[in-house]
Amino acid sequence: MPEEIVMVTPDKSFVDLVAEYGGEGVKMCFQCGTCTASCPSGRNTAYRTRKTMRAAQMGFRDIAFSGDDLWQCTTCYTCQERCPRDVPIVDVVVAMRNIAVAEGKMYDPHRKTGQNLVEIGHSVSFGDKQKKMRADMGLDEVPPTVLANKKAMDDLKKILAATGFDKLVG
Amino acid sequence: MAKKYAFFLGCIAPLRYPGLEKSTRVVCKALGIELVDLKDASCCPAPGVIRSFSKKTWLAAAARNLALAEKEGLEILTICNGCYGSLFDAAHELAEDKELLKEVNGVLKEIGMEYKGTTKVRHFAEVLYKDVGIEAIKKKITKPVDYKVAAFYGCHFLKPSGIKGLDNPENPHILEDLIAATGAEAMPRAQASLCCGAGGGLRAAFPDNAMKLTKTNLENIKESGAKYIVDICPFCHLQFDIGQKDSGYSFPVLHLSQLYGVAMGMDAKELGFSAHQTPVKL
Repeated sequence: MPEEIVMVTPDKSFVDLVAEYGGEGVKMCFQCGTCTASCPSGRNTAYRTRKTMRAAQMGFRDIAFSGDDLWQCTTCYTCQERCPRDVPIVDVVVAMRNIAVAEGKMYDPHRKTGQNLVEIGHSVSFGDKQKKMRADMGLDEVPPTVLANKKAMDDLKKILAATGFDKLVG
Repeated sequence: MAKKYAFFLGCIAPLRYPGLEKSTRVVCKALGIELVDLKDASCCPAPGVIRSFSKKTWLAAAARNLALAEKEGLEILTICNGCYGSLFDAAHELAEDKELLKEVNGVLKEIGMEYKGTTKVRHFAEVLYKDVGIEAIKKKITKPVDYKVAAFYGCHFLKPSGIKGLDNPENPHILEDLIAATGAEAMPRAQASLCCGAGGGLRAAFPDNAMKLTKTNLENIKESGAKYIVDICPFCHLQFDIGQKDSGYSFPVLHLSQLYGVAMGMDAKELGFSAHQTPVKL
């Protein structure tokens, strides 16, 4: 039996949204597929870069956001380096991820990384074990970053709050 | 004249592999590079995760770090590809787009800061190659090594090459040259530019896929005859060091600063190998 052909209506507002988030370059994509052929992550997963670019262009939200595909990009830039149209592909992926996150989709381990930033100003945790490791190597127990200055940490927190990040990962 | 930079620590080096921070400090000193700690800096923030969640936050927090260096009047030096990726890209965007800079300064105003858009961001490997130079480095190598190594560039040192403009990302030579200066040899291997697997939030959320990429790299490294992995990124470093656990592989993982430390006759304690999970046998 032949497959049923389904008519879909492109949602043009989506590509404008992607552009607003910094992925305007996706409009240059002519769907050659060099990106997919170059993608190391796509060898292990169902992530298809070309398909993701198409979903952005046409506003196929269900294709763009269903499953984990969008989050399999390592941001290695191999696709972007080889793109004959100079599409800033990683910017497009980042824009689409920003949209997904703004709509409430965030993986727990990612949320944890984000919370680390809000709590201590770094993306990984820091505790007694690390302090000892540093001291044993003759380094200051606490590195001279926001970790060592409450005022600096408060400043960072204000920036995270002003840009809505604390709510995003809260 | 001594070369002077603002040392941007990042997260993984100071908080997971402080030996990388330590070896960078001692090696830079030996090479006549003065590092001034970039005090009060935060996470760059990480390009694969934080930028993926909110580019607005990423840019504003990066601008705060860039502004700290601008105030010191120094170029930033980082030993991490992730930090280099974030800070270089953010500095580039803010230098190119005055409207965006204005917008970001609107956020920085809340903490009484302003970024004028002038900070230059440099990677440790780039500074060694360009500002110190291979010949000057060779003069400081007191204990040449004969290791066969895998040169692991990682992704964000050379790419996106359109704005980094350092080397050909498909066939680079900078790291091989820096390695050769110590007497070691970088062994050619298949898929040499393949990502370690850690980036983009994969290590945190999709570790199976991350490990597949790591294992492909390890197979290629073994095939090449290399006995060590030399990286220029603490996150690649971590991915290979921890990722080899139960993998059947045990390549010691050295950050370039650690390889230099060894070739300058510094001892293991000074270079912080105790933090490594895969034992470093030299």
